[in-house]
Amino acid sequence: MKAEIIARLQREILPLQGFKPAQEPAIDMGWNELNNAFPNATFPLGAVHEFLSNTSEQAAATAGFVSGITGHLMARGGACLWLTSSRNVFPPALSNFGIDPHRVIFVHPRNENECHWAMEEALKTEGLAAVIASCSNISLTASRRLQLAVEQSGNTGFLLRHQPAGLNPVATIARWRISPLATQTDYNLPGVGFPRWNVELLKIRNGKPGTWQLEWTATGFRNIPSQPQAISVQQPWWQQQKTG
Amino acid sequence: MQQRFLSIWFRHLYANWCCRKNPALSSLPLVIAEPQQGRMVIVAVSAVASEQGIAENMTVADARVLCPALHVHDFRPELPQQLLTALGKWCIGFTPVTAIDPPNGLMLDISGCPHLWRGEGNYLKTIVTRLSHLGYDVRAAIAGTPATAWAVARFGQTTPIIPQEQQLQALLPLPPAALQLEQPVLDKMLKLGMYQVGSFIHMPRPVLRRRFGEHLLLRIDQALGYKPDPLLPLIPPNPWSERLPCIQPIVTAKGIEIAIQHLLERICHRLQHEGKGLRTATLKAWRADGQIRQISIGTSRPVSAIQHLFRLFELKIDTLEPGEGIERFVMEAPTVEDLPPAQECLWGGTGASAGQHLAELVDKLTGKLGINNVRRFLPQEHHWPERAVKKACSLNELPASTWNPQKRRPVFLLPTPEKIEVAAPVPDYPPMHFRYNNQLHKIKKADGPERIEREWWLEEGPHRDYYTVEDDQGNRYWLFRSGYYSAGKPHSWFIHGFFA
Repeated sequence: MKAEIIARLQREILPLQGFKPAQEPAIDMGWNELNNAFPNATFPLGAVHEFLSNTSEQAAATAGFVSGITGHLMARGGACLWLTSSRNVFPPALSNFGIDPHRVIFVHPRNENECHWAMEEALKTEGLAAVIASCSNISLTASRRLQLAVEQSGNTGFLLRHQPAGLNPVATIARWRISPLATQTDYNLPGVGFPRWNVELLKIRNGKPGTWQLEWTATGFRNIPSQPQAISVQQPWWQQQKTG
Repeated sequence: MQQRFLSIWFRHLYANWCCRKNPALSSLPLVIAEPQQGRMVIVAVSAVASEQGIAENMTVADARVLCPALHVHDFRPELPQQLLTALGKWCIGFTPVTAIDPPNGLMLDISGCPHLWRGEGNYLKTIVTRLSHLGYDVRAAIAGTPATAWAVARFGQTTPIIPQEQQLQALLPLPPAALQLEQPVLDKMLKLGMYQVGSFIHMPRPVLRRRFGEHLLLRIDQALGYKPDPLLPLIPPNPWSERLPCIQPIVTAKGIEIAIQHLLERICHRLQHEGKGLRTATLKAWRADGQIRQISIGTSRPVSAIQHLFRLFELKIDTLEPGEGIERFVMEAPTVEDLPPAQECLWGGTGASAGQHLAELVDKLTGKLGINNVRRFLPQEHHWPERAVKKACSLNELPASTWNPQKRRPVFLLPTPEKIEVAAPVPDYPPMHFRYNNQLHKIKKADGPERIEREWWLEEGPHRDYYTVEDDQGNRYWLFRSGYYSAGKPHSWFIHGFFA
């Protein structure tokens, strides 16, 4: 009863604080615990999310995580625009994350100014499911322009910042860091399992930051308990052979 | 509208050109010869040489007997064609439709042009005089069909301008060769005593067909205008072209914007009227100093919306250098396609206009970043990773085959595989550890190998055995060994991608 009242009061406070919830119905991403971190317990659409990465492996994990979210968004129709100056995204892999790769338009800006311009133009365009941009550096002013663009159109943007020069304040709704985790196959069979990530929500406007462990299965995101069960980690069989 | 044609005959095209290059030759007997079966045979003569009785197909030795002071030049077989093409383009100043008429003539479609030169007489005189000033010895004639104009230019004795209703009378006194017939037919006519067109043109058609073949009837019909005789224009006329002359040279961006707006309004109005849209458009600007500057745009689907096209041009206005000012604008649409019926099957989206908005965005990005920097991919039925995708040509193209989510593929694929140092048990086990970018990765888990063969019908080389591996940090990579393991040979391992 008390929790209900608090939740209702929070919902009333948020609009007073200037938080505008997206118009469209919320999407269930399948990550139950993570939802509690967001305002109104829904993944904020119609906003720009910022992702940090330092290594190529983290960048790949971030691309996978963002692809998973985009796959959910694209299930409702619309195209996705992927801005990247390096041409290394492999479209067939996106089909593992629920995206039709032929509905993704890859744009290769030649410098960061062009990237900001292209992202702003894309965010202004109605009917896009998501805009993903790999762009290391962005100024507060440029990020404010992106924010104004999404407020108008209701698009969702993902800003992937790989090895940024500095962590300047940026007008985005959330700041994430995704890093890869060791996978686990069912019944401890040998081989590589589903992609697993350590998801750090460093900042979230009107929400609660935190850390979670997620897995991308064939059906979508799955929350995995942060305390791993006591599983006897078997040695790879070839190493057993060597020792034995 | 009455069709009128002008035929120009260059009597000494090659020799005139030589004299133009070297004016000292103009008073000397000049022949152009090429070796044929071990003899030098004359293929072109100058006016001075032909007065001395030298004709084509003579050998140079015979010609030297007639005229010891003969100048002989070597023949360049490609030159007459080049000369005619250049002259044909020069004639575009008089009419837009010019065609070359090998071996030594030009054919111009002058319908609707002569009145700008105050009548056909003045028009003809202007062209002939200006070509003569250039040093060419020409004869020209105007008639209602190309064939008659050709005949009168070469064989006519009286007037070079044939009115529409007098074509038959003009042809009557000409020799049969005026109809451009084959040599055997001409020989037969000569044998039968038909020295003029008039002596056979009124014969019954079945008789002519039986004796001289179908081609003669076709030539007669073309000369009289009963059958079409198409020209092949040097520069194909573009029906989607609009021009805007300026009273004063334009130097400001605002002025250029207004000009683009005007031209787009005209061209788009026509496009909308015919239910078409343009895919590419070019704006050419003729500057006051005689140079031409141009900007081009392309669209991802046929467009006839002025505002959208204007925005695409607007992105490029700053690359158009006006210099001392622009005197004339020409907007051309080389690629025009039918407007497709509205369909949104691919892009779905919210609202019917999602596809439209997306097309406009793609055009804008393409206009600024270049066509190679905005891409969409479709699956190709190849396992080899570099060939797994192909570029889509248009925004509406659908994949011909399905994507295969069963195969595990890395999110990031390196453009070229990078060599790594690996320790792996032989012959077919996944690596135990590998060194990439000076960092040692100990492998904890691995899947594979997935053997992918190089398609031998496309290229040759070793196959690849791919392994999906995970190191002790939880990072996942796509590695492969190139070719079979063989003892004593260093085997090559590569990293090709990063998994999410």
